[in-house]
Amino acid sequence: MTDASTEQVRSEPVSGRAAAGKATAAHGGGDLQMRSLTKRFGTFTAVDDLDLVIPQGSFFALLGPSGCGKTTTLRMVAGLEEPTAGTISIGAEDITATRPYKRPVNTVFQSYALFPHLDIFENVAFGLRRRGSKNIKQQVNEALELVELAQMGRRKPGQLSGGQQQRVALARAIVNRPSVLLLDEPLGALDLKLRRQMQIELKRIQTEVGLTFVHVTHDQEEAMTMADTIAVMNQGRIEQMGGPTDLYENPTTTFVANFLGQSNLVRAKVTSRGSDVLEVEAEGQAFTLPARRSFSDSDEIWFGVRPEKLSIGQGDAAEGLRGVITDTSFIGVSTQYLVRLPWGQEITAVRQNDGAPILRPGEQVTLTWDPRHAFALDASQDAHAGEDFGEGELLGSKG
Amino acid sequence: MVALLWTLALLDAAVLAYFLIRSLVNGRGPVRWLRENVILIIAVLSFEYLLLPNIVVVLFSFNQPNGRFNYTWTRFSLHAWQHPCDAAGMCSSLGLSLKIGLVATLAATVLGTLIAFALGRHRFRGRASTNLLIFMPMATPEVVMGSSLLTLFLSLKIPLGTTAILIAHVMFCLSFVVVTVKARIASMDPRLEQAAADLYATETQAFLRVTLPLVAPGIAAGALLAFSLSFDDYIITNFNATTGSITFPMYIWGAAQRGTPVQINVIGTLMFVIAVLAVLVGQTLGRRRRV
Repeated sequence: MTDASTEQVRSEPVSGRAAAGKATAAHGGGDLQMRSLTKRFGTFTAVDDLDLVIPQGSFFALLGPSGCGKTTTLRMVAGLEEPTAGTISIGAEDITATRPYKRPVNTVFQSYALFPHLDIFENVAFGLRRRGSKNIKQQVNEALELVELAQMGRRKPGQLSGGQQQRVALARAIVNRPSVLLLDEPLGALDLKLRRQMQIELKRIQTEVGLTFVHVTHDQEEAMTMADTIAVMNQGRIEQMGGPTDLYENPTTTFVANFLGQSNLVRAKVTSRGSDVLEVEAEGQAFTLPARRSFSDSDEIWFGVRPEKLSIGQGDAAEGLRGVITDTSFIGVSTQYLVRLPWGQEITAVRQNDGAPILRPGEQVTLTWDPRHAFALDASQDAHAGEDFGEGELLGSKG
Repeated sequence: MVALLWTLALLDAAVLAYFLIRSLVNGRGPVRWLRENVILIIAVLSFEYLLLPNIVVVLFSFNQPNGRFNYTWTRFSLHAWQHPCDAAGMCSSLGLSLKIGLVATLAATVLGTLIAFALGRHRFRGRASTNLLIFMPMATPEVVMGSSLLTLFLSLKIPLGTTAILIAHVMFCLSFVVVTVKARIASMDPRLEQAAADLYATETQAFLRVTLPLVAPGIAAGALLAFSLSFDDYIITNFNATTGSITFPMYIWGAAQRGTPVQINVIGTLMFVIAVLAVLVGQTLGRRRRV
């Protein structure tokens, strides 16, 4: 698929069938609710007492590293895994014990799981045929049009590219107008460029058909691009939930601060608590931060600032943190610097490529920031939690 | 027979000469041609070696020998093809072999497929040892198996003959079916069945519409293998047969003592042709499925 064709479809007005889809979904739907949902495999707790309400019609992302329980959660909603405890319901209907084929839920599998012996048309028609739907031909053709594969109906899955297979898997699920559509790392197998295109496509399709999408991913960028609400999962629990900007700007735990983007965390002590401003002291220097951005009741805190919020000045300045550049990575759109502070800690600063000369390792710099961008987290947490998988490019397996 | 080999050798020489002369004519040189085609030449020769027995079988089905032994080429005749059942007792033994082969194949395929699914899809106590034990009949020498089965049947007072042969055939065909089908199941993504369940297919529907069509080539291969093993078996069968249950291999073995009717070659040729056709049909279907 080319960029041009993506553009063309996106600018298309929302069609009548999309409105019809909304109506159908509304009829059999409702919010997806999980109460005290727990799944243990032997002694390992994959999902730990999860309480979650996913509003109808939302694009919801479950974000977390491999093994955090996000895929297990998804599989329990699909009915492919039996919960150890807890309940799942859609609207007023409890589906905890419902067989998978009786749930108004469809899944887009990570491996797509297209039926290799059936052609594309029959793959998409599979769910409709099982339920004895009418107008199968028309519905399938509409679904294939939606994913721009109208001409491919008689091909076999093996003849399609990865991106096309992904879209067939999507059409095969969407054509059934489920109350909830589950997406298990659906873009994981695609290359970066195709993934970005499909992110836009998925978002467009979700808006067009108005179904509830629950998207499982370990790619923070993917979650932030597409979802209205993100729940960050770690070790079977939800660390924090919110909109993409809210999560990024106001992380409440070190895990979220490190997993979503990067954070510089410096050990500090609270010296005074005002109603608006918190005064803290780190390594003998005084700093302030907005009181509402402090997520700790303790006086021992991690004082945090995002790398892109730091401005790098040369030479000595009265305010800010002084340091020496130890590493320079030119990324193109920006340059990332590692700066060693006087007490030995290295922090990251990112500067937009605005034409200013690139600084070399060894140069003395002063880091300054707007105090409104600082935040405080509880110092009892590991400052490096969530760092190992933060970039979302590694592991690539199921969570 | 020698004439046949000479004919084949001359044919090979003629083809080789043709290509060498052609390479001289278009100026690329025979040495270079040989160097580029040495693998092809070896492959053609190996293939001739492989197929020579079959050629002999087909050729001698058109022979009219002097005397009872069909071992020397005498003259061309269609007599055996026109009267395939003229050899006394042959067609009834063929019928028995086909009957035993079909029943044993059916039973072994059904049971073997079920075992293969159990081994391939479910974790249970003793699964690893079952996997190992399933190989035992394949590893046991046939003579040992045949005599042991005879001992077993005699001590259990199971009458020898067709029933005993059938029991024995189902037993040794089973392992081959299990191994073939299990390999196919192992190569199938279990998520396909989950996808079917996710798309409103009940367990039965998922099995009939997704699992079975995908495993079918393995089941077919196992069934073909079982049939050819059963049809071909002499040693185990001979131990447990009576004079009333002479199978086709036993008939040929017995006949060879007194004389070999040409009709044996007719049946041999037919089997060969049917086997080739079965493979061709299977491959064509397989190709269409994959595309």
